[in-house]
Amino acid sequence: MATAPKLDVGVDYKDKYGFFFPEDYVFKAKRGLNEEIVKEISHMKGEPEWMTKFRLRSLEIFRKKPMPTWGADLSVIDFENIFYYLRPAEKQSKSWDELPADIKATYDRLGVPEAERKFLAGVSAQYESEVVYHSLQEKLTKQGVIFLDTDSALREHPDLFKEYFGTVIPPADNKFSALNSAVWSGGSFIYVPKGVKVEIPLQAYFRINAENMGQFERTLIICDEDSYVHYIEGCTAPIYTTDSLHSAVVEIIVKKNARCRYTTIQNWSTNVFNLVTKRAMAYADATMEWVDGNLGSQITMKYPSVYLMEPGAKGDVLSIAFAGKGQHQDAGGKMIHVAPNTTSTITSKSISKAGGRTSYRGHVKIYPGANNCKSFVKCDALLLDDESRSDTYPYNDVDAENVTLGHEATVSKVSDEQLFYLMSRGIPRAEAETMIVNGFIEPFTKELPLEYAVELNRLIQLEMEGSVG
Amino acid sequence: MADFEIKDLRASVEGRQILKGVSLDINKGEVHAVMGPNGSGKSTLSHTLMGHPGYSVDGGSVMFKGQNILDLEPDERARLGMFLALQYPVVVPGISMANFLRTALNSHRGYDGKDKSKAVSPKEFRGLLKDKLKVLHMDDSFLSRYINDGFSGGEKKRAEILQMAVLKPEIAILDETDSGLDIDSIKFVAEAVNRMRGPNLGVLIITHYTRILEFIQPDFVHVLVDGKFVLSGGSEVAERLEKTGYSEWGHAEETTPQEVA
Repeated sequence: MATAPKLDVGVDYKDKYGFFFPEDYVFKAKRGLNEEIVKEISHMKGEPEWMTKFRLRSLEIFRKKPMPTWGADLSVIDFENIFYYLRPAEKQSKSWDELPADIKATYDRLGVPEAERKFLAGVSAQYESEVVYHSLQEKLTKQGVIFLDTDSALREHPDLFKEYFGTVIPPADNKFSALNSAVWSGGSFIYVPKGVKVEIPLQAYFRINAENMGQFERTLIICDEDSYVHYIEGCTAPIYTTDSLHSAVVEIIVKKNARCRYTTIQNWSTNVFNLVTKRAMAYADATMEWVDGNLGSQITMKYPSVYLMEPGAKGDVLSIAFAGKGQHQDAGGKMIHVAPNTTSTITSKSISKAGGRTSYRGHVKIYPGANNCKSFVKCDALLLDDESRSDTYPYNDVDAENVTLGHEATVSKVSDEQLFYLMSRGIPRAEAETMIVNGFIEPFTKELPLEYAVELNRLIQLEMEGSVG
Repeated sequence: MADFEIKDLRASVEGRQILKGVSLDINKGEVHAVMGPNGSGKSTLSHTLMGHPGYSVDGGSVMFKGQNILDLEPDERARLGMFLALQYPVVVPGISMANFLRTALNSHRGYDGKDKSKAVSPKEFRGLLKDKLKVLHMDDSFLSRYINDGFSGGEKKRAEILQMAVLKPEIAILDETDSGLDIDSIKFVAEAVNRMRGPNLGVLIITHYTRILEFIQPDFVHVLVDGKFVLSGGSEVAERLEKTGYSEWGHAEETTPQEVA
């Protein structure tokens, strides 16, 4: 049994998100990373040889790549002190009843069954490294929609898998995509056939539940022509006192005239390093939308990007970041205009309190010949006190003609006038501050399904409670 | 002992003393008007009474329900039964008027997110608003708009009075509620305030002009000049001001009080 957490967070937070259960794993890898561990992971999963080779090649790339130094300070990560693979149960469960009792208890407290009852088409909940619970409505199966954990997808749809895997984000893209490629486990795989519109959001719930446990999920979504899917990923993590690493890779292909929305709310405990590579390729008249909420974690580095590959493609990033004491949220977005007549928008909202730091880091690139492109970037930062910090690092490269590029940035504080106004109506200071912050991120919240919007407002409230009184 | 007792109140803004000893007794059931030229300290009085952090109290006391409210936070004053209708209501993006009103009402009822029996139910809330919206000539769509965001001058002031009607204060301060209002809005606002008048409400109307006093008849009128009351009386004081303005106190250059904003 792990010892009691010692992090300085509110009681409610600990109660709702910080609970943990005794570790009871079928297999537990050793700490650290080498060829043997990578081979063992691949062997345990019964993978084809090409994947084993892919992993080993990725490990080599990971070792050669220097640590990125252009963003947040990552020098404290000790790669040798991390578990790279855990497998909580022998096999996956198809129904809720088959789940082991303690895992079920975890999900009960997270409210997964209610969420499922209310609006979810399928739940793919990741407890530790492996997806253990998975359900998919019959209707989706009949439509030819594939919604699996990524390991199963490799086994059950090897050709489809191999055709797209690693094509959007190759291992050599960056040090952490290489790490993920070497040790990836779990994640979601979605294929939506031509013309199919998935009407209810598909969701996965991710959690880390072991001390010093790395989580390296790998998600691959393919939207075939004229299709639509909304995928939702929500993350909470229990509180532990030593560092954890989360390094995911998400690859998305949106074909002609298709639309994909990917919604994330992450609430890692404040000792997690959250280093994620997310990228989509959007083809002719396709639309890719990233809706990305970052709370918690010690350091987050995440810049969802869209490569606009053919005319008419559209990319959207809408993100919020909340940084409290000791946290650095380095987030933003990238829009790479490869083809003419493509459009993109990046809207970033960040909140810093109690010495927390947020950075917007964005890149808009318009290639030669990609004429008549439009891109608009807007970042708003809200500072809750004088010790907190916000920076903006926008990079724009324009090599085409007749391009419209807009950039707007604001930094503001919770104004005395707003606070006084709400308080003069009887609303206590803490609640008034929370209202103002929730109002500030409302353009983000209104894009979420109702349950998530409510949950996000509650998370903000919990975060805010730490800052007052 | 009056219900609301301001005694020798002195207050300053950015180190400059504005209120130089103001005393005033307000009882529930009474309507008081404080009139004064620009710069006389009217806004300082209203903001100091409600506890705005930009105004510092240099001396005096304000007793209400056995407490010196100058020691309280603005939200505590509000929950004790005070209300301030602002001259310039503040825009708060992203929060609907309905959410704002509900949260404020719940705060008054002592709901802190735990005991649900204290919270206003959706049905009660709707019923509560229906008549009040009608009197103020506002429709439901107003409730889904963000706090004062994109409101016209008249809408903002009507929204202030709606909040007052929902929160049912015992002491209400109306700060220049008539400024920037068209005649229709003044009538709606006055109608709503007059309906609330009664033995459970004391009102302090702060105004430069006499116009609003034609619609809300004050029981007492006080003239504030240079941070002090220079004249107090009944409604005849307003009539006198209408004729002579503030000239007798050295403010001849000021616009006359009857001039419409």
